[in-house]
Amino acid sequence: MKRWLIWTPFVAFAAVLWVAAAELKHPADRTVRSGMVGKTLPEFTLPPSVPGKPGLDAAAFRSGEPRLLNVFASWCVPCAAEAPQLLALKRAGVRIDAIAIRDKGVDVRRFLTRFGDPYERIGDDRVSAVQLSLGSSGVPETFVIDGRGRIVAQHVGDIRADEVAGILATVRTAK
Amino acid sequence: MIAEAGLAALWLAAAMALLQLAMASIGLRARRADVAVAVRPVAVVGGVLGLVSFLCLVAVFMRSDMSVLLVAENSHSAKPMLYKIAGAWGNHEGSMLLWVMVLGIAGAAIALLEKRLEERTLVATLGAQAAIALGFFAFLLLASNPFARVDPAPADGNGLNPLLQDPGLAFHPPTLYLGYVGLSVAFSFAVGALVTRDVGPAFARAMRPWVLAAWIFLTLGITAGSYWAYYELGWGGWWFWDPVENASLMPWLAATALLHSVTVLATRDGLRAWTIMLAVVAFSMSMIGTFLVRSGILTSVHAFAVDPTRGSFILALLALYIGGAMLLFALRVGTVKAGTTFELLSREGALVLNNLLLTVILGVVLIGTLYPIVAQAGGVQLSIGPPFFNKAAGPVALALMMVLVAGPLIRWRRDAWDSLASRLIVPIGAAMLTLGLLVVFARGIGVLPFAGLVVAVGVGVGSLAPLWGRNLRRTPLFTWGMVIAHLGAAVSLFGMASDSAFTKETLVAARPGQTVRSGPFEVTFTGISPAIGPNWSALEGRLVARRGADGTPFPMRPQQRFFANPPTTTNEAAIATRIDGQLYAVLGAQGQDGTWQLRIWWKPFVTLIWLGGALIALGGALSLLGRVWRAGQVERVRAKEARYG
Repeated sequence: MKRWLIWTPFVAFAAVLWVAAAELKHPADRTVRSGMVGKTLPEFTLPPSVPGKPGLDAAAFRSGEPRLLNVFASWCVPCAAEAPQLLALKRAGVRIDAIAIRDKGVDVRRFLTRFGDPYERIGDDRVSAVQLSLGSSGVPETFVIDGRGRIVAQHVGDIRADEVAGILATVRTAK
Repeated sequence: MIAEAGLAALWLAAAMALLQLAMASIGLRARRADVAVAVRPVAVVGGVLGLVSFLCLVAVFMRSDMSVLLVAENSHSAKPMLYKIAGAWGNHEGSMLLWVMVLGIAGAAIALLEKRLEERTLVATLGAQAAIALGFFAFLLLASNPFARVDPAPADGNGLNPLLQDPGLAFHPPTLYLGYVGLSVAFSFAVGALVTRDVGPAFARAMRPWVLAAWIFLTLGITAGSYWAYYELGWGGWWFWDPVENASLMPWLAATALLHSVTVLATRDGLRAWTIMLAVVAFSMSMIGTFLVRSGILTSVHAFAVDPTRGSFILALLALYIGGAMLLFALRVGTVKAGTTFELLSREGALVLNNLLLTVILGVVLIGTLYPIVAQAGGVQLSIGPPFFNKAAGPVALALMMVLVAGPLIRWRRDAWDSLASRLIVPIGAAMLTLGLLVVFARGIGVLPFAGLVVAVGVGVGSLAPLWGRNLRRTPLFTWGMVIAHLGAAVSLFGMASDSAFTKETLVAARPGQTVRSGPFEVTFTGISPAIGPNWSALEGRLVARRGADGTPFPMRPQQRFFANPPTTTNEAAIATRIDGQLYAVLGAQGQDGTWQLRIWWKPFVTLIWLGGALIALGGALSLLGRVWRAGQVERVRAKEARYG
């Protein structure tokens, strides 16, 4: 066996190790981005999720004013963590609608009483059909929609406190 | 209290591993035989302590002790007992504890049972094993303590991922782990032999049962995992080349190569350096697999415990062990004497070819699995899927299967082409007959499936050839083992090729009352009804299937299950097994217009894939039994000679 040949496994291994170590330092962005960003909201009509609050359809997003569309569920723990940020956005003048995923009205009502209610309308999506058509893969997710029903941006996962300003800016520029 | 006892046992076991490593080093370096001799009992005590710690973890899971963080996160008091127990290892911390527990038991077994290896090499082997165990103990105790308490204790737990609530999967990880640990033992043997410069047939014979046992468990684990993915995920496929699947396939490929090369070393004293290298590579593959699955570095449909901190820890262990072993190999391999030589056309030659082809497949899988990481480093997001792997590995695998027919029919050391050709007439004839039948009856099924079917029949017939003209009752058990394992490979290949060549898929949006055709079957959709289980509720599709218009009708009940804790939907496929294949039905979503999505597959001979896997493992088990029995017999004869000689 040639002398240098003996060292090839070691060198190859060292190379793999080096790349893997470099990759661990900045973990990949694993969020599933919707292919719908930049496109118009698909047509849908959802019945109301809780009594006293209207349901949701795509036409509601063509009012000429940018809105947030929040995909959430009462059984989702990060959604509860996200609630204060949504309330902050509402206080800043952002109008927010929601889709409740695979949820029951009573549970949603309890969730809103406990964590606050930033929503104007809540559509009831029992089988996640609308969620899937939006290209959303989990809860919570938030879409920024401009006044003509076009999806401007998607935020995957719960909105953290330090991300509120960024979303606010996106909504302002979507006008 | 149980949790604290388990943690204490874990610390003590770690201390034993440290002691074991220190004593082995002192014994070897200072040539202190009195110190070296104590390594064996220390290994046994360490193994027992590891077992105690693991049993403590199982106990807290069985009692649903929610004050233990791990239990709260992964169990639920309403869960069936089997899954409470399986919950103990169905998570990151528990599975790592299982790993070191099995490693410790294996060390104890070597210390108690191994008699053929030279004492110094055995001590070095146990030292190497303690070094491996120490790293994993550090990982457990410093980065992922399974016994950590949570205060205040939650009222109830989070539950176990519903996808994992399946009897097959409860035993799937431990099976694979036994395989990985077996390979770590083979690795320790290789390091031990390199340290004492004692690479030879005796070492190979000592290592072989461990490789064989590891390989049997890996085979079983992969087969069970593949069947689980097939019936539980509801996508109708049996292999997706997912990084997690590849993580178990790569060690299997390396172990298969090692299994064959260690036989050359044991019987003919050839391939010394190569065998050592393979032992290092095989364990490297199980470590790299662990790293890929647990670091979160790769995206996979079922990667778990995504955590860069743990990833860094495993990466450090990887660097230490694999890097260290490869360095030792590069420095020492020059002192390993070349073994005996052989002609190109010989059993050894065929086994070298087998090793080369397996290594090529391993290389393809490794590159395909790691390439996305490298691309990611260059800023490109991509994933590599079945089209690449099938095209790149498929033809090599077929070539490997052809070598598999010829190999066992070739004599050791040297053979003649014409006599080999005469022995190959029957299998080649069978393959040609299949070729003719396929050309007449099944044109246009694709090149790879076509070649697969032809080769599978040839290999199936050829694998039985070593039994021809033999007295079957006096044929050694390990020959039987080889024949059955090779036959299993042919059976599996036939199943895979048949599945990709002849599967009929039907996807419809059906209304109740509608009848759908799939292959030779007629399936009538009669409606949807609710169903309820211990911790799930479901929508159940009611189907009635019959073969042909006047076949006996039989019911099929595919379900969409909803689990509350954690909220998840799973698809339970309905599978009807027939002698010539399986009818596979999945209930999809309801459309806006009230129709239901139904997906129905007719998969001819698909069951042969897993039957073949089981046969391969059975062959391995027979081989192992045969070897162990033969070794015992040699031992008995020796003892007799010593008494009367």
